Amino acid sequence: MPDGADLPAGTTPVLDVQHLKTVFRVRGGEVHAVNDVSFALGAGELLGVVGESGSGKSVTMMSLLGLLPSPPADVRGGTVTFEGEDLLQLPLDKLRKVRGGRIGFVFQDPMTSLNPVFTIGYQIMEPLQEHMGLNKSAARARAQELLELVGIPGAAQRLNDYPHQFSGGMRQRVMIAIALACDPKVLIADEPTTALDVTIQAQIIELMKDLRDKLGMAVIWITHDLGVIAGIADRVVVMYGGQIVEHAPVKELFRNPQHPYTRALLTTIPKISGERARRLTVIQGQPPILGDAPTACPFRDRCDVAIPRCSRENPPRYDLGHNHDAACFVAKGSQHAG
Amino acid sequence: MLTYTFRRLLISIPTLLFIAFVIFMLLELAPGDPMAQMPLTIPPEVKEKMRIALGLGEPWWIRFPLWLKQFFIIEPAYWIDNSFGTDLAGGAQRIVSFQSRSPVFDTIAQRLPQTLWVVGMSYVVGVIIALPIGIISAYRQYSVFDQAGTFVSMIGFSVPPFFSGVLLIVIFSVTLGWLPSIYDTTLVVNSWATFKMQIMQMVMPVMVLALQTTAQVSRYMRASMLDNLGQDYVRTARAKGMSESTVVMKHVLRNSMIPVITVIALGIPSIFGGAIITEQIFKVNGLGQLLIIALQGSDIPMVMTLTFLFAILIVMFNLIADVLYGVFDPRIRYD
Repeated sequence: MPDGADLPAGTTPVLDVQHLKTVFRVRGGEVHAVNDVSFALGAGELLGVVGESGSGKSVTMMSLLGLLPSPPADVRGGTVTFEGEDLLQLPLDKLRKVRGGRIGFVFQDPMTSLNPVFTIGYQIMEPLQEHMGLNKSAARARAQELLELVGIPGAAQRLNDYPHQFSGGMRQRVMIAIALACDPKVLIADEPTTALDVTIQAQIIELMKDLRDKLGMAVIWITHDLGVIAGIADRVVVMYGGQIVEHAPVKELFRNPQHPYTRALLTTIPKISGERARRLTVIQGQPPILGDAPTACPFRDRCDVAIPRCSRENPPRYDLGHNHDAACFVAKGSQHAG
Repeated sequence: MLTYTFRRLLISIPTLLFIAFVIFMLLELAPGDPMAQMPLTIPPEVKEKMRIALGLGEPWWIRFPLWLKQFFIIEPAYWIDNSFGTDLAGGAQRIVSFQSRSPVFDTIAQRLPQTLWVVGMSYVVGVIIALPIGIISAYRQYSVFDQAGTFVSMIGFSVPPFFSGVLLIVIFSVTLGWLPSIYDTTLVVNSWATFKMQIMQMVMPVMVLALQTTAQVSRYMRASMLDNLGQDYVRTARAKGMSESTVVMKHVLRNSMIPVITVIALGIPSIFGGAIITEQIFKVNGLGQLLIIALQGSDIPMVMTLTFLFAILIVMFNLIADVLYGVFDPRIRYD
């Protein structure tokens, strides 16, 4: 593990995740959803996390804050250092102060993520009263500010509205307002634009960029949309089979992808210039479901450059220079050769 | 909401008139003779005269409107006269029971307190027990508590009161001798001793009936809580840093109560219907027992009036349930 290679030199991480392991106990065995994941997040940085469905992106982030239902989920190991404390070891009442207080969370589906029977105002005021100890009128004033911040017109009146009176995009803005309520150091956005249509997506992405510049918080942006990542991220982590398979600054990743999975992902993006392909490119096969901790490269069955070693050992993340690393024997080998 | 309620009230008028007509015609077509229990020594022509005196000589198209008039105009008039000392009724003929020859509403007024005390109390007790059981069962799904709750509910659903009631009597009255097996209606509560007596005679019928209510409502509550515990907004509430008690007792419970409140409201009319079997077992002379005796004696005015009162209650509580639904769920707006 190239310790410290995660961050550009000279930055101290706000959030430092080391060797995180999460296992789900299911009928007839276990599913190893997160395997030895390590990454760090610098202040004010936007870290993109990409991977297909089931690659462990969301589970990783929810493990950080203990948001997975347990049982079946079990965070088996690792450390999550945030403000000098290991979140995995914190007792629940202290962890609650971090959730919503110093780390905000925005979820994928704004249609179901808000409580239908409480007003928007109530739902924004709740964390304000809980974490910042504001009284009702102060919380209400702050809630109105937040709604204005995320660009909801007529904020004062809309505080009394219920979620069903908002459109999907507006609800996601409300979710962002809730996550931002207590000025978090870190915002984790779990596919915040996936459930929205494209124009609304663009608005939300613009909003997030804007907010990050204004508020200076660090953001983890989970998505499976590489286009979104290219537009907003500073660094990118690519996940596959519950592991980080490649990590690089965003330009480096798109210019010089090293892991065969990342390369395959990039070729699946349809081109709008040149001759139109007869068929869309796909990555053949299914992502693995890991019943045990991986002992071989999880991507080997779908990989076009696999070598025999790939099925004997699980490749560690090799440092490839330029703050770039990839968990691939072949990538490592070719770098040595070149 | 107000317009909706008003519109629904207007619609319920023809509904109730139709129900009244159906009940009346069913009783008209049913076999049975109010004179059947008179001594055999009474000659048939005298019996016939008695029938005519009861008003049975008239055809149904006379008797049905007459009953409607008595029910909707004369009886309320008597009630107002009694309350405010007016004289609206002017001595008009009330609905009179064939068996007791006393006004039907007087008998109902005598019987209602027993039913409300025993059956109503059992409903309240049942719901109060059921809600926490349902909440805890759902929150700790498949725990020992949940398994025990499921087992008790199954008993509540499957063991009929004529078994559980008699079983309780055998255990607590016959073997242990702790509780009286007969409900004494004449007991006047005016001292600590009589209050204790009243509680003791209520315990068994209330428990028998509460078991059934608990079984039903706790299952609804559990299912509804389970539905909501898995929702995304619960995760949001946790991610906001809310405590578990806020998450469960505020966010989840508020949503889960919506269908349960409907079930509870719809169950209330059955309180007034009395628990026919349980009242028989413990000799509670409530409305259920009154209805049974009236049916056996072909006491048509009594049966007709009681059944129609139940119908009114059912229609009204359906309306109340719908309105409550709109009150508790902001997504539902009727206007």
